[in-house]
Amino acid sequence: MPFYGVDLKSRLLLGTARYPSPKILGEAIQASGAEVVTVSLRREAGSERGGQSFWSLVRSLGVRVLPNTAGCHTVKEAVTTAHMARELFDTAWIKLEVIRDDDTLQPDAFGLVEAARVLAEEGFEVFPYTTEDLAVADRLVEAGCRVLMPWGAPIGSARGLNNIYGLKALRAHFPDIPLVVDAGVGVPSHAAAAMELGYDAVLLNTAVAEAGDPVAMAKAFAMAIEAGRMAFEAKPMEPRDMAVPSTPTIGRAALGDRR
Amino acid sequence: MRIYVNGDQHDVEPGTLAVALDALGFGGRKIATAVNGRFVAAAVRPTTKLAEGDKVEVVAPMQGG
Repeated sequence: MPFYGVDLKSRLLLGTARYPSPKILGEAIQASGAEVVTVSLRREAGSERGGQSFWSLVRSLGVRVLPNTAGCHTVKEAVTTAHMARELFDTAWIKLEVIRDDDTLQPDAFGLVEAARVLAEEGFEVFPYTTEDLAVADRLVEAGCRVLMPWGAPIGSARGLNNIYGLKALRAHFPDIPLVVDAGVGVPSHAAAAMELGYDAVLLNTAVAEAGDPVAMAKAFAMAIEAGRMAFEAKPMEPRDMAVPSTPTIGRAALGDRR
Repeated sequence: MRIYVNGDQHDVEPGTLAVALDALGFGGRKIATAVNGRFVAAAVRPTTKLAEGDKVEVVAPMQGG
């Protein structure tokens, strides 16, 4: 499913923060095969050059960028940040974060929907970071979002998919909206599980950046996501409550008293 | 004239945002700006006059998740 008209071959969207070095960041992005990386914007002094060299690195990799509004707690902050991001990165895409709670980094559903509406009306293509709440998701689509990004678990927690039932319900409710599990993914099996639910992509950062070997982990995630998608398309069997022998019982030799 | 840039006080000549940014070493840089919480596009920096006490935010690309 295209993301605002853009077809992506890779279903892994990768964050660019917290890597041990710019070199490892670049290698991890390449190993992941990701075509989209998330970026942010922060204050920079006239004497600093960090942002400029980071931008050169991202550009050299030829990937599409998805700027975020990380750290925003109000609609006004998020909308102003989105405007700055659109100019800075020359893209209408925005990963919209409006955070309410600092312990869980849980989105503020009310602020998120309001900011999404403002930005969609101004021509932004909004990727909202939300929860698996169906009613909120419905409001986001109503507000103009054509992609939804529910969390698996709180950002950076590595807890995986906390509410599989909720994520499944969301998938069933929005068959035509690209869905991305964003945040909380810790290991490749979490990402594979999201893909097996029929999610279109997974967005992650810390699980790769803080791995002992980020480049190898980036590759492992890419493989898991591909495997999970392939499994979804192959239509997994339904779980059962009781055992069913896989080896045929007909023709079994009668060697004891049991019939 | 005293203004605040990213929270720090600076004394600049009265004038436009573009001139102040040049004076503070931001000339030719990939940045985005806001004044008093409102986005100011690059195209209008040369015509955006600053006033005493204005709060200027200057941001650059940064790593993000």
